[in-house]
Amino acid sequence: MSPGTPETLPGAGASLDYLELGGHVAARSPFELFWRRFRQDRWALASLIFIGLLIVVAFAAPLVVELLGLPGPNVQNPNLTDAFGSPLGPSLSHPFGVDQLGQDVMSRVIYGTRAALTVGILGTAIATLIGVVVGLTAGFYRGFTDTALSRLVDLVLAIPILLLGIGIGAACAVRGCVAGVVQPGLRVIIFIVALASWPYMARIVRGLVLSLREKEFVEASRSLGASNARIMFREILPSLWAPILVYSTLMIPQAILLEAALSFFGVGIRPPTASWGQMIAAATPTFNTAWWYMVFPGIALLGTVFAFNLLGDGLQDALNPRVVR
Amino acid sequence: MTRYIIRRVLWGVVLLVAVSALMFVLFRILPTADPARLRAGHSPSPKVIAEIRSDLGLNKPLLTQFWVYEKNLFLHFDLGYSYESGASVKSLIFERLPATISLTVGAAVLWLAIGIPVGIISALRRHSRLDRASMGASLVLVSAPEYWLGLIVLYLFAADIGQVKVFPGAGSYVGLTSDPWKWFTSLLLPWIVLAAGFAAIYARLMRASLIETMSEDYIRTARAKGLTERRVVLRHGVRAAITPILTIFALDVGTLLGGAILIETVFDIPGIGRLSYDGITHGNFPVIQGTVLLVALFIVVANILVDIAYAFVDPRVRYS
Repeated sequence: MSPGTPETLPGAGASLDYLELGGHVAARSPFELFWRRFRQDRWALASLIFIGLLIVVAFAAPLVVELLGLPGPNVQNPNLTDAFGSPLGPSLSHPFGVDQLGQDVMSRVIYGTRAALTVGILGTAIATLIGVVVGLTAGFYRGFTDTALSRLVDLVLAIPILLLGIGIGAACAVRGCVAGVVQPGLRVIIFIVALASWPYMARIVRGLVLSLREKEFVEASRSLGASNARIMFREILPSLWAPILVYSTLMIPQAILLEAALSFFGVGIRPPTASWGQMIAAATPTFNTAWWYMVFPGIALLGTVFAFNLLGDGLQDALNPRVVR
Repeated sequence: MTRYIIRRVLWGVVLLVAVSALMFVLFRILPTADPARLRAGHSPSPKVIAEIRSDLGLNKPLLTQFWVYEKNLFLHFDLGYSYESGASVKSLIFERLPATISLTVGAAVLWLAIGIPVGIISALRRHSRLDRASMGASLVLVSAPEYWLGLIVLYLFAADIGQVKVFPGAGSYVGLTSDPWKWFTSLLLPWIVLAAGFAAIYARLMRASLIETMSEDYIRTARAKGLTERRVVLRHGVRAAITPILTIFALDVGTLLGGAILIETVFDIPGIGRLSYDGITHGNFPVIQGTVLLVALFIVVANILVDIAYAFVDPRVRYS
């Protein structure tokens, strides 16, 4: 490779798309630029559509189940297990088979999207909120504030989160805890997910703020008499939206996996509410004969997590064209 | 440098005290089970429970209990005694450590041996079909829950219940010293499953890091000197690109040494992860505290080692 070939010019390949020769020259908004890059990425686009579908399925789960002609997720039909109590495998009326209780697996997988997406999106939203505020404060004020907050982040990261999650899940399972704010079930899981993920966001935001706060626009705004809070939230925060969006998108699949793992250990979402992790756990004793009960919730989990990972990668590429990938 | 190391070690000790304090607060204020009732046997009288409570020191104020615990920990390296069996937590941990170390080390060797070369090749042949295929596959593996992969692999290949009976299944673990061959075969499936996700992550990290390094000026200089491409890539590219991955490697190994709960559960390996999980479900506070401190210790030590190693590997890093 000789110097001067497009390979050696960083970003040359990416920026050529916008240098359309001839025609009119019109300014494009940052969103437009982002969208033009994003829609080139077929995989990312497909994952966005898939996630959109999942959200629709989660909201309209009863309708989807009815349209597919399946029984409800908690309908137990003892006629669907054989004489020895073993559940029946996939058939035309039950495409994913049934479980030990005679409940339709496909119907439960469809309802499982609710738990996965609720925890993934809500948990990440709370974690992002905490992480951004902590990261902004630490990076902006530096000094003692930064040291204290960064050490707090270190502390949380030094605790094995799955263990802590199992502990909190088990402890809050009966009466709830933290003065009743954290109730058993979904709320405990969301609480654990938020607790586990905010330090990562805080670290990233802090690093970015440390360099942004030295930029001229911050100085300019200060010379105009802006308060610290105004500079933090109205000047610095808006320029962070791209990395925050990318990292929070990549935190969602982790949150979904954590929910599934906690439910797998029986401290997360409990039956009769359907959760993929809990279904896999319930399938463990009999998976050598009733493979369908273990396989299909796992595929749903894998597919959902994969889609969010793809979307996160696509967003990263589209928002950060300078990063060569 | 010495001052830096001392400061880091001291901070590590503070962190461990903070972690144990946090555990104290969490598991005493939100107990998973009443330890005294747990030991008292079937339908105990309140008097028996009260006696056990005072035996275990649970009737003293929380702060006193914490002080006693920390004093024993730092003066005698004493982690207390299991509420259930009365065995010392230290001996329980040492009993379980070989299985966890076997699992971690084997998997780590495997994921480095796969992840790093795949990452290098992908970086050098960027956007080729090979690159796309391996990056796609790695994203799938990253997305797969490991316990589910474990169950699938058991369903397919386990000697007892598998469709193709190749490898020993769950619960077949034996110690290295008692039967090396059995030890090796029983760990093959857990190693593969545990390493799969990590290999995928490392391939992606290595690829990104090497692509960035290969666009540095000194790579162009190395080429201009007339070095062979092989030498440029291995000596100049990979050597620099692999340092950030070492950091993550140390932390991952540190975390895993504290117990891979999910894999140990699925394959029924008697390691630290199982110990801590059983501790939590049985409200066995000393065991919870001991295993959590062990994980935190491994993470703290890994962090310090990485930062010190950086100063030796990378001449640009200076600590003051």
